[in-house]
Amino acid sequence: MLFPQQVTRNGSVDFKPYKQKIPHTDLEFGLTPIPAGEFVMGSPEGETDRREDEGPQRKVAVDAFWMGTHEITWDIFELFLNKNYEASVSGQALPPEVDGLTRPTTPYLDMTFGMGKDDKPAIGMTQYGAIQFCKWLYTKTGVFYRLPTEAEWEYAARAGADAPYFFGDDPEKLDEYAWYGANSGETTHKIGQKKANPWGLYDIYGNVMEWTNDAYLPNYPVTAKVDNNPVQTTEELYPRSIRGGSYVSEADELRSSQRFQSTPEWKQIDPQIPKSRWWFPEAPFLGIRVVRPLEQPSEEDIMAYYDQAPIDDY
Amino acid sequence: MNLKNKNQRRDFLKTSALVTGGMMLSPFSIPGAHAAGSDEIKIALIGCGGRGTGAAFQAFGTDQNIKLVAMADAFRDRLDDSYKALSSKIGAEKVVVTEDKKFVGFDAYKHAIAEADVVLLATPPGFRPIHFEEAIRQGKHVFMEKPVATDANGIRRVIAAAEQAKSKKLNVVVGLQRRYQDNYIETIKRIEDGAIGDIVGGHVYWNGGGVWTRARTPDQTEMEYQMRNWYYFNWLCGDHITEQHVHNIDIANWVKGGYPVKAEGTGGRMVRTGLDTGEIFDHHSVRFTYADGTVIDSECRHFPGAFNKVDESFVGTKGRAYMNAGNVGKLTGPGGNAIYDHDGKGNINPYQQEHNKLFAAIVKGEYVYEDATRSAMSTMTSILGRNATYSGKEISWDEAFNSKIDLMPEKFAWDAMPKVLPDENGLYPHAIPGQTKVV
Repeated sequence: MLFPQQVTRNGSVDFKPYKQKIPHTDLEFGLTPIPAGEFVMGSPEGETDRREDEGPQRKVAVDAFWMGTHEITWDIFELFLNKNYEASVSGQALPPEVDGLTRPTTPYLDMTFGMGKDDKPAIGMTQYGAIQFCKWLYTKTGVFYRLPTEAEWEYAARAGADAPYFFGDDPEKLDEYAWYGANSGETTHKIGQKKANPWGLYDIYGNVMEWTNDAYLPNYPVTAKVDNNPVQTTEELYPRSIRGGSYVSEADELRSSQRFQSTPEWKQIDPQIPKSRWWFPEAPFLGIRVVRPLEQPSEEDIMAYYDQAPIDDY
Repeated sequence: MNLKNKNQRRDFLKTSALVTGGMMLSPFSIPGAHAAGSDEIKIALIGCGGRGTGAAFQAFGTDQNIKLVAMADAFRDRLDDSYKALSSKIGAEKVVVTEDKKFVGFDAYKHAIAEADVVLLATPPGFRPIHFEEAIRQGKHVFMEKPVATDANGIRRVIAAAEQAKSKKLNVVVGLQRRYQDNYIETIKRIEDGAIGDIVGGHVYWNGGGVWTRARTPDQTEMEYQMRNWYYFNWLCGDHITEQHVHNIDIANWVKGGYPVKAEGTGGRMVRTGLDTGEIFDHHSVRFTYADGTVIDSECRHFPGAFNKVDESFVGTKGRAYMNAGNVGKLTGPGGNAIYDHDGKGNINPYQQEHNKLFAAIVKGEYVYEDATRSAMSTMTSILGRNATYSGKEISWDEAFNSKIDLMPEKFAWDAMPKVLPDENGLYPHAIPGQTKVV
């Protein structure tokens, strides 16, 4: 199901920027079209500050998708957190399919860590929580949203550049594009305060790291030909792959090819056992940006993606 | 400053007519935690929810030879989930809870306590005084979760049992884990040493989004519903000012080296209006006045969508202090210059540290940890705050402490009735400032 404004008269999808409204609220978030294409994923061995896990480089092709223009904010994420709150903001009872969704346990701790909510990125959720948020979005809007694959994320961040950053190789310029260790004052910032990358994505570096869909492999698989829409699945809870650096990152950690991995240590101070499947109380630097593939998969495939069984964490 | 405050605190304890029955010089040596010739420590878990199970994991995370020998919970399903988690992750050689050592129901605690050297008490807080008394009566070392009671009656019982624990040299650690967290220990040590002068004001906060609810099911008795949703009923939880905010209030007491003499404040239910929100408030704002006139503002709320913060800051005659649970501890001078900035890197998880310290002391045969009285006094401070917001009146410490109001049910059974019951619309009565009597 597509929203009418995204379907042209002849029934094809209009691949343009659009705003996704959250029904029955005045909240919305922007989506930016990312054209299909091919790129070299990972960094060359000579790149300054390159880590071992950024290779081997390989040719990757990705299909077209929209990517969230911004990181998802607390304003939107909090509707998903609390059913009563969602109903009160929406001004109406929730339909049964929304009412019946699995939602996060309300965090015992303050998951904003005092950094604020208005227009600031939602933080500290697990990958499971991020995917269930996408399911909530789908149930509300009928549009399939999911986490980007690592390949999609890097392709979108590079925006055609093969340099360490989308703007070249000079870290001095980061201040124009990113909130990071050197300029953030150790806090998240309102989305969209810095300049966008050439494809129109804001805060793709810095502010908060962003979940990808993938398992973290220490190295990319070697492929002879172009790797089409690669995705790494796993049965293990850790590590999963994260991109983009954050408000606490150093300049070199904001490079397009830089990878991060989830770790159980981010739940060390969770006093409950099993530990929360929803929250990383020690990862206030971690958030979400969603994507929407141009071609929406079947309902069956969509539900298979959302309904992956959670893994207990001890 | 520091000495003076400590003395005030001591005088205060003396003059507040605390129950001291059973106080005596002990003829006993420290109770042996373990059978002769063995370094094994037998533990029992009372209250098998997420926190209790977490506490058991932390006991196993110490360097000591721990065996879990008994478990108790009001609910069989909670016990089973906990047993499954523990036995699958820790292993059968250490989790040796046979079927006949899994105790279920309101009296389960007594049987489980009897099996162990050290007991972990992690049921909803309303039961803590009963369970703590029994653990001490049976001569066991204790780890117990905060808060330690939900009404003044429970506080007095915990303080009396704490005196017994002292005379029996039983170590008691309470899960006010900031007391075991390096940034708090190091920063407050410097405050006590006078780094920012005398503390003359402060603010402590627990502003968050709220907690879980569990849907009512048709087969439940009222008692079972309230037990499953214990957070929303005062006899079980003490309201969120007690259940959560006690952490921050305890820091205020620690920094002041004493307890307030009175409180006034305001609170109510703005968003907690549903059938599933019990009787507790969703916000409290309290001014605690200490004996030297210092006022500490305390604020806690459960508002989804609102700005959150959980931290503590204080004003001294020569500077300011700021602390939070994320390993932050900062002292600044009058011009904002840094006096101390705690380095949180590598700091040990305070939940683990509580257990490391407790079990190490037990193994060495040392009597070191007497957290129960001060934890009872900080819990009492939170109850004083609740009294102030519920009544809308200024309440003195002594009035609150000596209150005879007992929130606990007359009888503990699944078909027995708690004292607060829903009306014909399913809504529970809650306090109305200006009308409600609290002492």
